[in-house]
Amino acid sequence: MLDILKDQFWFSAILTVVLIGAIMGVVAYCIYFERKISAWIQDRVGPNRVGPFGLFQPLADGAKFLFKEDIIPANVDKPLFLIAPVIAFGLAMIGFAVLPWGGNVDLDADGIIDVTAQVADPGIGLLYLLGVGSLGIYGVVLGGWANNNKYAFFSAMRSTAQMLSYEIPMGIAIFVVVITVGTLRLEDIVLSQIGEGNVWNIVLHPFAFIILLITIFAETNRTPFDLAEAEQELVGGYHTEYSALKFGMFFLGEYAHMITGSGFITILFLGGWHLPGVPGLQPGDVSIWAMLFKMTVMGAKIVGFLFLFMWVRWTIPRFRFDQLMRLSWKGLLPISMILAGYATTLVYLGKATNIPWALGGNVALLVIVLIYNGLRSGEITGRQANLPAIARPVEAHS
Amino acid sequence: MIRDEDIIVVDTPVLNAAERLYIPQIVAGMQVTLRHMFKKSITVQYPEQKRTLRLENYRGVHRLNRDEEGRVACVACFMCETACPAHCIHIVAEESPWDDREKYPLQFDIDELRCIYCGMCEEACPVDAIELTPEYNLVGRSRQEMVFDKEKLLKVYDQTKTEKPRKNPRITGYAGTGNRTEGQPTGDSH
Ligand code: SF4
Ligand code: SF4
Repeated sequence: MLDILKDQFWFSAILTVVLIGAIMGVVAYCIYFERKISAWIQDRVGPNRVGPFGLFQPLADGAKFLFKEDIIPANVDKPLFLIAPVIAFGLAMIGFAVLPWGGNVDLDADGIIDVTAQVADPGIGLLYLLGVGSLGIYGVVLGGWANNNKYAFFSAMRSTAQMLSYEIPMGIAIFVVVITVGTLRLEDIVLSQIGEGNVWNIVLHPFAFIILLITIFAETNRTPFDLAEAEQELVGGYHTEYSALKFGMFFLGEYAHMITGSGFITILFLGGWHLPGVPGLQPGDVSIWAMLFKMTVMGAKIVGFLFLFMWVRWTIPRFRFDQLMRLSWKGLLPISMILAGYATTLVYLGKATNIPWALGGNVALLVIVLIYNGLRSGEITGRQANLPAIARPVEAHS
Repeated sequence: MIRDEDIIVVDTPVLNAAERLYIPQIVAGMQVTLRHMFKKSITVQYPEQKRTLRLENYRGVHRLNRDEEGRVACVACFMCETACPAHCIHIVAEESPWDDREKYPLQFDIDELRCIYCGMCEEACPVDAIELTPEYNLVGRSRQEMVFDKEKLLKVYDQTKTEKPRKNPRITGYAGTGNRTEGQPTGDSH
């Protein structure tokens, strides 16, 4: 058994099976917890009828998706209509292939590293994740187009515009990390945050972390960036005409995408499977138990982000479309460009991983942004500026 | 005509430098929602738990009251049918067999599915014969079943009279059966 596992190919194959199972389970329970957290935030109880605490709710939901009537409307573009949910779901799932879950593993404790706990370990893992993440929009666009429904089409267009706008700050925020650590291999990015004098990238570049977090919210179509699914305006968005399991696949895809995004940001900024100072989580720990421990830590960080995603969703209202665009093009993009320039300069000066320099630059940038905002503070944002005089503040009357 | 001084102009507040970053606001909002996450839920687990209703003015299923002698109190004046905005009351009047009133309802149907439970019929009734009860568990297998006739409405009265006794018509309007009693308030006669 162990001999088979010592071959990276078979190890990856087994890891794939385990991961798909685990992720499907996590995704199903994401939906359960989404409902629970929304309920808690709104002082309700949430699903509590199916099994203890409603824990079997995902099974009931799954059964419902399976047995509901699967309607294909008359005038849809049939091949695209059928393939769109598969693309949305499939693309969300293949992102997991490159996430480093547990570093190097020495399975039989003979001092030779046998495998890495990762399905695939390409040198350009980061680019792969970035590409797959952006492709996620493809399912949305195809679904919206094939629907032959104007609201779904609006939704697809919104998604596309949003994706285009948020890809750029996202790419630049990632560039800040890449230029700092000097590699595209995800495992190396994790390793570069570990060891003497190295810290998690969030300490070096908190600003880039926040930008990446915001853009991941946008890329996974989560509130406050869920304009593609604005029920009040667009019925159901791109999946208006979908029913039964096809709708379920869009649904699962969205959550799988969230997990990939969380894993992504964990690796880039929060040290992946590493916790500073905890034995068993260092690069030197290569036993199979260390691998499982590392996977647990990585999973816990991802779950933390998932909780954040849900918490934010049930707190913040949706942006208006012009606000969405303004935030990206006039807010995130300039800031991330300044940040990228600064990070590049630091690399040139040889101080890329110097905490006071990197952190100081980020704080200085925050101050600059605040001052800039302060200088503009007379101006009211957006179309409110064009309102007629009646809407200016008037003296309160008694 | 709206007077100028009645208009309250509300303008969106001008954001300051920190607020324009959105992040302080978002963090404040998330604090609020986090607090709520640990609050006790206010859900009433319906089939197991029931809310305590305000019996006085909860507007549920109708009932037709009986007078002191157990006869239907309605005098078939058609006030409720006229007042009903949903046109869901249908009365067939007949000369009454009793000599203290002229008419009585031979048939009295309320379509409970059409009713909007506004309580206008109760307001309109001069003898307080029709009333809305606190009973809200109203189900049926067919539309026909949901049209309550006189017997059913009287039965609702029998079921709910302990929970919510009939208003005393001597106080609220015409006395008992429709005969005006000397010295009693006469209700709205204008
Ligand atoms: S409650 Fe309103 S709608 Fe219903 S029967 Fe009475 S008057 Fe008509
Ligand atoms: S208003 Fe009262 S008395 Fe008149 S018909 Fe209706 S229920 Fe009968």
